[in-house]
Parts: sequence; structure tokens; C-alpha cells
Amino acid sequence: MTREEIRAAVLDIISSIAPDEELDSLDGSKNIRDQLDLDSMDFLDIVMELRKRYKVEVPEEDYMELATLDSCANYLEPKMKETSA
Amino acid sequence: MSYPHRIVITGVGLTAPNGSSLSEFRENLLNGVSGVRNFETRYMDPTHAGVCEFDVQRHQKKKDARRGTRAGQVGIYASREALLDAGLDIEQLDRSRIGVYLGITEHGNVETENEIFNISQFGYDTKYWSHHHNPRTVANNPAGEVTLNMGINGPHYTIGAACAAGNAGVIQGAQMLILDDVDIALAGGVSESIHTFGIFASFKSQGALAFHEDPTKASRPFDLDRNGIVVSEGGCVYVLERLERAKARGARIYGEVVGHGINSDASDYVLPNPVQQKACIELAMKRAGLTPQDIDLVSTHATSTPLGDVQECKALREVFADAPQVSINNTKSFIGHSMGAAGALELAGNLPSFEDKTVHHTINVDNLDPQCALDQLVTGEPRQVDRVDTILNVSSGMLGINSVLIIKRYEG
Repeated sequence: MTREEIRAAVLDIISSIAPDEELDSLDGSKNIRDQLDLDSMDFLDIVMELRKRYKVEVPEEDYMELATLDSCANYLEPKMKETSA
Repeated sequence: MSYPHRIVITGVGLTAPNGSSLSEFRENLLNGVSGVRNFETRYMDPTHAGVCEFDVQRHQKKKDARRGTRAGQVGIYASREALLDAGLDIEQLDRSRIGVYLGITEHGNVETENEIFNISQFGYDTKYWSHHHNPRTVANNPAGEVTLNMGINGPHYTIGAACAAGNAGVIQGAQMLILDDVDIALAGGVSESIHTFGIFASFKSQGALAFHEDPTKASRPFDLDRNGIVVSEGGCVYVLERLERAKARGARIYGEVVGHGINSDASDYVLPNPVQQKACIELAMKRAGLTPQDIDLVSTHATSTPLGDVQECKALREVFADAPQVSINNTKSFIGHSMGAAGALELAGNLPSFEDKTVHHTINVDNLDPQCALDQLVTGEPRQVDRVDTILNVSSGMLGINSVLIIKRYEG
């Protein structure tokens, strides 16, 4: 997957977790949880969905890497480069 | 004997398989409209169920609905609708003085089954088990979701009482008002049971799951051809208040809780016990200071099982042998068995009788079982009567629990 595809994949996961939210205006450089009504349990859903959909494991010590859309792409790019979109 | 405080019903919120407001529910009962349909659930052959069609998003964000349980959705809808019906604005209330008391038959099976199915798709690897499982399956979940939805800080819990739970929820709410624990009780029962295949499979194995070519005829209490239960979802929540508070704010009063009984058979895991059902009815009447001749309408529990209906009729025949004025009916013939919600919903379906003096009938009694042939049974069509001043609502559940509630028309 390309960086853009990874961003789209993460956004798709977030849209299922936060179905009431408008995601088009999400700033990729800012903390996702500061922009959306997401708590720690919702955040764990992102980790779970990455595991289920893409077989990607995000260990607890790396959770901070998923703070923004940009950091998600940075962190997931090497893990998902072989993953088909 | 009477209660130290008079407790009244000032609001009703509900969702039933044939209506998601009291007026719609009542209209369909009077018009003979069933809410039972064909239904498919995991692993099982096609079956029947009562399915509710309320608008979840009316009172809940999509995210919260996803986060919680179906029982939570039902509880929130019914509770919010009950407050609206009572003319109460949650924003204007002291939310530390509201209690939420919801009867449940079971809780947690839906989520547990879903998670086991979920991990089965991943080789039963438990790292795919949801972190939402525990908050969804704790026994207080449906009542807790109501408090989260409305910011209620008073007490909340569920009352696990098998199929006697709807009445038990109302009784608990009334008792907490009598104790001055709260000023407003949101009390009743909820069921999400159609979303667990296990309840269908267990009734099937027990020989107690209904089947009929026409799903609307599958739930047929008292009929010779009855062959079991139709499982349903649903919920009904009442706003209960002490009379003085209700009067002070000029509330509409649906009726007064004047008597209750809860007892235990201590005789069998599943088979109802008519001796203790009778004792429970008599306990409720004694508390209300009423005799069988004072009761105008009896809302039965009968679930359409071959044996259970006969047992209940034995109890009713003994209690009401010399009470020709009473009308006896059954709401499950329309909506199936809504489990934890059953008692509360069945009472709601009959409450309008205080005003319209009409007793809704029991449908699907095409061939009355002689063992269920109570003289006062209302079948075929609704019955106009001279008066309905008292309703006695009977529920019974597995492990031998009976609950009876008596509601009296409020006369001011």
C-alpha cells in the first residue's frame, strides 16, 4: 500500500468507529483524538481493526505513533508496504 | 395494608414488535395486528421472532449505539420516550435523584456469542476478542447505558428475574420511591434476546420453541395447537413518581401502583407452579387491600407452551372462580415473549383500558384448549366493559419466580 492508501485505510477504520463525525476536514498533522470525539476504548478499536483487516500488529509501546494521520502513515508504511489495498 | 407513599405512573415509553409508542402498540392490539415474523439467526433453522423497529438514532449517536448493546439501545429509547411522555425535561431535573431499574431475563449472551463467532474467523485467537466485551456484558449494562445517555447520577442496576423481570423492575422502582431513595424512577424491563441464538436453540431442545406456517399465528397461548414460545425483543419503561410530586407538577397520571408480589416456587427449574402463582397473586391483592371481586382485568403471562399455560390457568381458575366480572387476556399472542420486557409491555398494552373501557383480546385462540378454558378469557375481538378500575398483571419465570403487579385507575 502507498502512503495515500494507508491514510485512506486508517480513515475508513475511523469512519466506522466514529460514524457521526465529519472526517473531510481532519488535519493530518494534528492529534486525531483532539479533533474527534474518541476515547481510549475507541482508539483500541483502531488497533483492533488494523489487526483484523491488515494483520498489522501495533504493540502498546507504539500507540503514540498512531496519534496523527501523518504519523500513522509514517509508522504503518514499512509494515504495510507488501499489503494489497 | 397500603404503601407509606402512593406511587403513580406518569410516563410510558416502549418499543414492542408491533409498535414503538403506547398509542401505536394499543391500536395494533385492538386491531388484532401481530408483531411476529419469520426470523433467521446464526446456526438455526429459520424460526420466528418479534422484532422492534424503533429509531435508534432518535436518542443515540451512531457511535454510542455501536459502542453499546441492543439492550442498551432499547433501554435508552424507552427511557427517553417515557420522560418525554411524562412531560419531563432531563435538563431541568436533579439527575442525582433519578434511579434506573430495568428488569432483564438474561444479559451478555448476545455479546459473548458474537465474540466467539468473531474469533472463530481468526482461528480462535483470543487477541481478536473485543475490548468492548466486558462493558457490554456486565449485568448492569442496559441500565448503565441509560444513565450514560442522560447524565443520570442516581442509582442504576438491572433486576435479573427471568421472565418475571418486567414487573420486578417496576416493583423495584416503586420500592425505591417509597424509601425516598429517588424522586423519579425509570422502571420496567428490556430484552435483546432475539440476538442470541442460544435462547432459540435451548427452547428448541426443550421442545418449547414455537413454529407455525404463518408466523403471526405461532404465538397462540391457550390454543390446543400451541407448540411453544416465540422469542421477542422489546422494552418498556415507566416514569414512576410519588403522588404528591406528580400532583404538584400537574402530571398526567396513568394509574397507581397499589399492590405487588414476588415469590419463589422452589419446585422446578422450568415448570411453573400454580400453587405459588396463586400465592403471589393473593399476596399482591392482600397488599392492595383488594379481593378477586375487585379486579377488572387480568393480564396473563401464558407463553404458548403446552404445559406452562395449563399451570397458570389452574392458578387463575382457583383465584378467580367467583369473580365473573374479571376479563382475562394475553398480550404475548400478539408480540411473542419479550422476556425481560414482557411484564412491563403487557401492562402497558392494557393501561389504556382505564380510559377506553376496552379489554384487548387474545388472538390465535382458534381451538381453545379445555384445560385453559377460563370463563373470563377474552378472545376473538376486544371486549367493551362497564369499567376497568384495576389491572392485575401476572409474570412468571424460570427457576420459579413469580411477580404480580396491581395498578389502579387514578381518581384524584
